[in-house]
Amino acid sequence: MAVAKSKVGSKSAPAAGRKPAAIKSAKPTASAKAPAAPLEFSREEDLAAYREMLLIRRFEEKAGQMYGMGLIHGFCHLYIGQEAVVVGMQMAIRTGEDQVITGYRDHGHMLATGMDAKGVMAELTGRRHGYSHGKGGSMHMFSIEKQFFGGHGIVGAQVSLGTGLAFANRYRKNDNVTLTYFGDGAANQGQVYESFNMAELWKLPVIYIIENNRYAMGTSVSRSSAQTDFSKRGLSFNIPGEQVDGMDIRAVKEAGERAVAWCRAGNGPYILEMQTYRYRGHSMSDPAKYRSKDEVQKMRTEHDPIEQVRVRLLDKGWASEEDLKKIDADIREIVNQSADFAQNDPEPDASELWTDIVK
Amino acid sequence: MPIDILMPALSPTMEEGTLSKWLKKEGDTVKSGDVIAEIETDKATMEVEAIDEGTIAKLLIPEGTENVKVNTPIAIIAADGEDATAAAAAPAPAKDVSGVHEAAKNGSGESGSAPAVAAAAPAAPVSVVVASDPAIPAGTEFVSMTVREALRDAMAEEMRRDGDVFIIGEEVAEYQGAYKITQGLLQEFSAERVIDTPITEHGFAGLATGAALAGLKPIVEFMTFNFAMQAIDQIINSAAKTLYMSGGQLGASIVFRGPNGAAARVGAQHSQDYTSWYSHIPGLKVVAPFTAADAKGLLKAAIRDPNPVIFLENEILYGHSFDVPKLDDFVLPIGKARIHKTGKDVTIVSFGIGMTYAIKAIDELAAQGIDVELIDLRTIRPMDIETVIESVKKTGRCVTVEEGWPQNSIGSDIASQLMEKAFDYLDAPVLKVTGKDVPMPYAANLEKLALPSVADVIAAVKAVTYR
Ligand SMILES: Cc1ncc(C[n+]2csc(CCOP(=O)(O)OP(=O)(O)O)c2C)c(N)n1
Ligand SMILES: [Mg+2]
Repeated sequence: MAVAKSKVGSKSAPAAGRKPAAIKSAKPTASAKAPAAPLEFSREEDLAAYREMLLIRRFEEKAGQMYGMGLIHGFCHLYIGQEAVVVGMQMAIRTGEDQVITGYRDHGHMLATGMDAKGVMAELTGRRHGYSHGKGGSMHMFSIEKQFFGGHGIVGAQVSLGTGLAFANRYRKNDNVTLTYFGDGAANQGQVYESFNMAELWKLPVIYIIENNRYAMGTSVSRSSAQTDFSKRGLSFNIPGEQVDGMDIRAVKEAGERAVAWCRAGNGPYILEMQTYRYRGHSMSDPAKYRSKDEVQKMRTEHDPIEQVRVRLLDKGWASEEDLKKIDADIREIVNQSADFAQNDPEPDASELWTDIVK
Repeated sequence: MPIDILMPALSPTMEEGTLSKWLKKEGDTVKSGDVIAEIETDKATMEVEAIDEGTIAKLLIPEGTENVKVNTPIAIIAADGEDATAAAAAPAPAKDVSGVHEAAKNGSGESGSAPAVAAAAPAAPVSVVVASDPAIPAGTEFVSMTVREALRDAMAEEMRRDGDVFIIGEEVAEYQGAYKITQGLLQEFSAERVIDTPITEHGFAGLATGAALAGLKPIVEFMTFNFAMQAIDQIINSAAKTLYMSGGQLGASIVFRGPNGAAARVGAQHSQDYTSWYSHIPGLKVVAPFTAADAKGLLKAAIRDPNPVIFLENEILYGHSFDVPKLDDFVLPIGKARIHKTGKDVTIVSFGIGMTYAIKAIDELAAQGIDVELIDLRTIRPMDIETVIESVKKTGRCVTVEEGWPQNSIGSDIASQLMEKAFDYLDAPVLKVTGKDVPMPYAANLEKLALPSVADVIAAVKAVTYR
């Protein structure tokens, strides 16, 4: 069981002693200790978290169905189980100013930044009004408006790219930060460490969010990684890191806020290892023989990120079953509309083959 | 509103399947995520998950039913609060397909999806003329096997023969290969010789090259050649050049292999043909087989070759079946083209998956009275240009076919060599059929337009024959 209750292994917030004291001790974030249990959410926060996570869950389920109907093709990597990570991080940043970049398991990130479900679904079906006019597909979508920079198919490539986005922030002397998401498998690519070094050397405002869902395709973390505590992967570069229960959105948001404050204040990069889990196969038809059904079932029943919020809302009397059903119905409506749109939108015009190759 | 659950497709080519088992019965309540049924296709057992909540109002297809067409309603779910009996009676207007979990037994693929297409793709019927290959003894038995099986057998045979041969790459061992090319090798040769790596292409390509410099004979599997771009520095600067730089003291007997080129609907970063990239490099050999027999014979040769060999496979061809000679040790020469069909009017030169377009075109062209000689290059470097020249001396015309981009393509090189070495024999300019000069788009219609087509081949042949 790798999803930690709170911090595992490494120290919570970067302790002052881990970095040259002269630089770090003055910063309030540097010495802030994470509380043992995450701060409670307000009613509004819990309701917002519930809605946002449910939107991703239902959207992904619909995408899975549409793949089954032959409407979506190629690679389609679902985010089901990991919703609290992007939604929690998004609550900690300034949407539209702070940048977000990730790999190919990207539908959740796009919805969390506020990208339109219709445009995302229409890209999945390869249609004209998809975010990339049908030319990108599931793995390649972008939105300047939401400062979402993709959507990348080469494992690890987004890590250097995200570091470059942060470089641009520092260059322009603004205080935006960059969320750079990548997987436990991607964390073994060489360019990750080349990026870490430059990011710390030049104090770039980038948060490296390692979504540790315990598998890279069929390879478990223990079979691929000499150091399985990913929060420590920046230690030799002096980059602070922490392990976060990525199934608890409160813990995600809290750690996210700590990391954002650290980066905005000009202290350089920060690593968050989000301990999470994907319920579905790596992609649509992964046999998933590398893990037991029990393991998946245990995560679903004991750690589901959405269920945790649901139970909280009900226990605290902040919402009734009826209220939640209403939210569910609203979300289904958004998702169904996106699916209808994505099926009825025409394919791109043939002339699009030759556009956007060079400016 | 009652909801129809439809028979799901597990791949774009799945048309029907067997509903092997219902895990819920009428009247049972289901919630999103519950496994409700198991479905079998020719290659996989899938679990069907409910997406909607409610009560199973009716099971429309009994378990054990075979050949259930995709998108056929298989059950009706009454939503919460609905009367299940009424729902079963009423026609269900809302269509819904359940979530699908495949337990693929075969041909799974990088991300599991497209390869299922490859495995399902029908085998092209071909009559193979083994022109320039070592004589196959009369009476040799041929067995039909897929390219996938041929590649696996080639590696297994060479690993049995030589203890220095080992295979290394992502998902090659426990997962049995992302595209199931290494199926069974871990079980036969153990984890010492079948080695799963982290996702670190530059690192393991360099490591394997180092092991080769020390005398071992690695087979490096790239999950696809798109990811070998991470490693290309080690392939070119270390593997290809060391023999020369060391004045012949050190070389690397190493094979870099994996699927190359476009698969199906996987977009620009996963659909690129690298044949001409590697063929540019002195110090490398580059092999790109089409048939299963060539895949087997040439992979065995590549493993024995003392040089670095780039072995370019194709995901769509993995599931195609061909006749392979049943010989204990079937090794083909690297650097020899194969005349797939003799003819007198025009020469088509192709390789790898390009052959599929050419083969379809020659039948149509024959119907129009044009007799094509079709050459399968098989090895791209060193290229058997002599065989091409001999053919062009006879036909006076040449068309090349490949999926890669036009500029600096294999076709460009053949055209230039023919101009230098066979100019006097040419009755028409050499024409290239290539992929379009664009990154691969995802949309179905655009992807089709981006790839070469049989019509492109026919048009080019007609142009060079002035028809
Ligand atoms: C450079 C490169 N190598 C290999 C692949 C094939 N591939 C795609 S996803 C994946 C696993 C990545 O796992 P992880 O980083 O843990 O992310 P997750 O899928 O769990 O979200 C692999 C090997 C690729 N796309 N790019
Ligand atoms: Mg992972």
